Amino acid sequence: MPTTLQDLQIDYDKPNWCPGCGDFGIWVSLKNAIVQLDLKPWEVVLVSGIGCSSKLPYWVKTYGFNGLHGRPMPVAEGIRLANNGLTVIVIGGDGDQFAEGGNHWLHAARRNVNLTLLIHDNQVYGLTTGQFSPTTNIGEKNKATPVPVVEAPVNAMQLALSAGATFVARGYSGDNKQETELLVEAIKHKGFSIIDTMQPCVTFNHHNTFAWFYERVYKLEEHGHDMTNKMQAFERAEEWPLRRPLNEGEKEKVATGIFFKEDRPTWEDGTPQIAQTPLVKQSLENIHVNPLLDELM
Amino acid sequence: MIDLQWLIGGEAGYGIMTTGLMMSKIFTRLGLHVFDYVEYPSLIRGGHNAYYVRASDEEVTSQKKTVDILVALNADTIKLHVDELSPNAAVIFDPSVLKLTVEQFPVSVRLFPVPLLELTKKVGADRLMINTVSVGASLALFHKQFDVLQKIMQDTFGKKGDDVVALNNNTSKAGYDYVVENFGPGLLADIPIGSQTRLLIGGAEAIAFGAIRAGLKFAAMYPMTPINTIMTTLVAHALKYNIVVKEPEDEIAGINMALGASFAGARSMVATSGGGFSLMVEGLGLAAQTETPIVVVLGMRPGPATGMPTWSDQGDLRFALHAAQGDFPRIILAPGDMLDAFEGTMTALNLAEKYQLPVIVLVDKHINESHATVESEKLKVISDTFVVERGKILTDQEALAETDYKRYALVEDGISPRSLPGQQGGIGLSGSDEHDEKGLYNEEADMRIKMMDKRYAKLAKAIANNEFPAPRLIGDPDAALTIVAFGSTKFAILDAMRQLKKENISVNFLQVSFLEPFPSQAFTEMIGKTKKTLIVEANKTGQFEGLIRERTGITFEHHLRKYDGRPFYPEEIIEKVKALQV
Repeated sequence: MPTTLQDLQIDYDKPNWCPGCGDFGIWVSLKNAIVQLDLKPWEVVLVSGIGCSSKLPYWVKTYGFNGLHGRPMPVAEGIRLANNGLTVIVIGGDGDQFAEGGNHWLHAARRNVNLTLLIHDNQVYGLTTGQFSPTTNIGEKNKATPVPVVEAPVNAMQLALSAGATFVARGYSGDNKQETELLVEAIKHKGFSIIDTMQPCVTFNHHNTFAWFYERVYKLEEHGHDMTNKMQAFERAEEWPLRRPLNEGEKEKVATGIFFKEDRPTWEDGTPQIAQTPLVKQSLENIHVNPLLDELM
Repeated sequence: MIDLQWLIGGEAGYGIMTTGLMMSKIFTRLGLHVFDYVEYPSLIRGGHNAYYVRASDEEVTSQKKTVDILVALNADTIKLHVDELSPNAAVIFDPSVLKLTVEQFPVSVRLFPVPLLELTKKVGADRLMINTVSVGASLALFHKQFDVLQKIMQDTFGKKGDDVVALNNNTSKAGYDYVVENFGPGLLADIPIGSQTRLLIGGAEAIAFGAIRAGLKFAAMYPMTPINTIMTTLVAHALKYNIVVKEPEDEIAGINMALGASFAGARSMVATSGGGFSLMVEGLGLAAQTETPIVVVLGMRPGPATGMPTWSDQGDLRFALHAAQGDFPRIILAPGDMLDAFEGTMTALNLAEKYQLPVIVLVDKHINESHATVESEKLKVISDTFVVERGKILTDQEALAETDYKRYALVEDGISPRSLPGQQGGIGLSGSDEHDEKGLYNEEADMRIKMMDKRYAKLAKAIANNEFPAPRLIGDPDAALTIVAFGSTKFAILDAMRQLKKENISVNFLQVSFLEPFPSQAFTEMIGKTKKTLIVEANKTGQFEGLIRERTGITFEHHLRKYDGRPFYPEEIIEKVKALQV
């Protein structure tokens, strides 16, 4: 029986994001992608951190692990090494993945662990009521800073490219079709994939709204981007976010789609202990250490 | 009776560690009881390294204060260790490096000038191999055949090829022959090859082997003294036993990776020291809240902060007891020697899975980085009788039969059956938020109480299942004095007891192996039968003494504490016992 959206539906709770939250679009797209790929719900694990978006695993009927703020990535890596038959998707916000947990995915990227990092990037801390985040634009006025934000935002695409990610994409939660396609490609990709999905926060970010994005997003594939060309990807990624205040009359260009994709052996490939059988299927019976002890005589 | 302590001292980077271990092996092969102890600073080259090997034909479980054979590779070694020399100690040195005369020593010594550098050069070895020459020279002082060392060289370097074996063999033989030719063989002693029933094992090896035996499948370990050998031992056997050992980016990642692997169904463990454990603290709470099994080996060293990275201490007891926010059940066990460490690690891995909670194995630098001879048969009996117990994990069929699976089902013993990702029918969510039976976040007062009580019910169940043996009383039950201690202080305490017994001073030892849950009732009963008590621990504030007072109301009249980074020596315990006039 192919997997349907109904199979992914839980009946005892429903999302409690603010009405109009960009998280809804990502939630729908993720379920669509699982259905399109016909993944068995019990063979999917959603691993999240803490924040509004990290509640997502509660509302999809797959296995889920809702861990600590910033730390879902290592949990997901452990799951992959223990059972490489599972599809593992890490979910976190911009605070979770660029501030507290930034370190972890850089290493996951260079290891090329076969999993997908789906970042809900609303450029603000939502659950703690609106402090600026590592992706907030320069010059934003915010309750967490007495002067407008002076820190340059994290450039997620360039960071991912330089860390060695083998699938680098930006999505936009206002475009479910594209987001679903990106997720399908990312999950199919053998290696570390990251989708930084721009997602308006209707409650605390009154600047980067759906309307704001609608006027600025464009699709890389419609502009002749070569996703196998890393330097071109770097250049495209340089367009946004800006590390300077906006000039008079200037309008940002926010590229979406796949920036870069390449094949490289995965961390799992380099782990012969799981080449034949996943760790979780290996028997713990009849393990003998007496030969090791004899070597100490 | 033979009871000698050999010491090699020299600059870091000159193979002192390898040489010391080789010496321990020699004594082991001769059928003696061996205990070795190493002191070194936290740097790779230039600092002073000292490796003590004590060997006896009677049981010894600790290093001692006096040195009977000193191999001095540099002048610092003489300066730093001259006061440790016993009367008639032998000093091996290279006369081209050191000018020594018997007059400059406070005790009578026998000097053995051996041209280590020249002999090394003569056999075509690198100057770094002077230590290998010194092993041969040392052996010649107490044993009249070279064969034993030849076999060790073959066993040690066999995998590296015949050339390496031959080089090491020739180099050590040069030292051996030189001493025999110039001073005569077996000048200090004539130790024959006795029957060998013991093997030489390090504490870290014992932990690693215990973990392997118990079915460890995943470990994530960030390098840190004193747990590095646990990691390298696991790695050495990782392919043969199919254990995934990964080096994470930090200890936060380490414990979270291990929790991920454990959540997926693989037996998992991490190991670290105080600094790394500080980073793991939030993850420890996550293990408790999500009820994900995990074993944390915590190797103590003197803190706070970087402290004294390569030295030993028991100052993290309170830290282990209280790490992470909130109330949650945990198990802490504290092995006291190599056998305990082997068995304790296996026990820990079982308990973590059976009761779905974090288990801490509390050890320290002294136990991890020392080696001791242990009866091979004793280890094998523990290994052969061990049974892997994984607790309530649903089989694929059981999961499939579930119609409304609840990961945190409120069952009487608190232990809800785990499903594993991949199992159809077992879909569920493990959450760090307080949750309901299905794992869904829940902040209702009633549910909070139920879940807290459920988590603690598991510990009550473990106690009811007799998982925690009573403290062990070692020695004469009617002794005039009882020493109370946990962890590696056992080494020196047992040694002191043997010595005191010879002087007709009767002391016994109450060893507490489980610190959490604290065996309050059994401990109180056992203390009630003692005459006089002395509590021994390696920290400044008496953390163990405080724990006992907190859990039992028992106070101690006498205590012996040490917090200089050095382990207890039997002599120190003997002195204290004698001062108590028991």
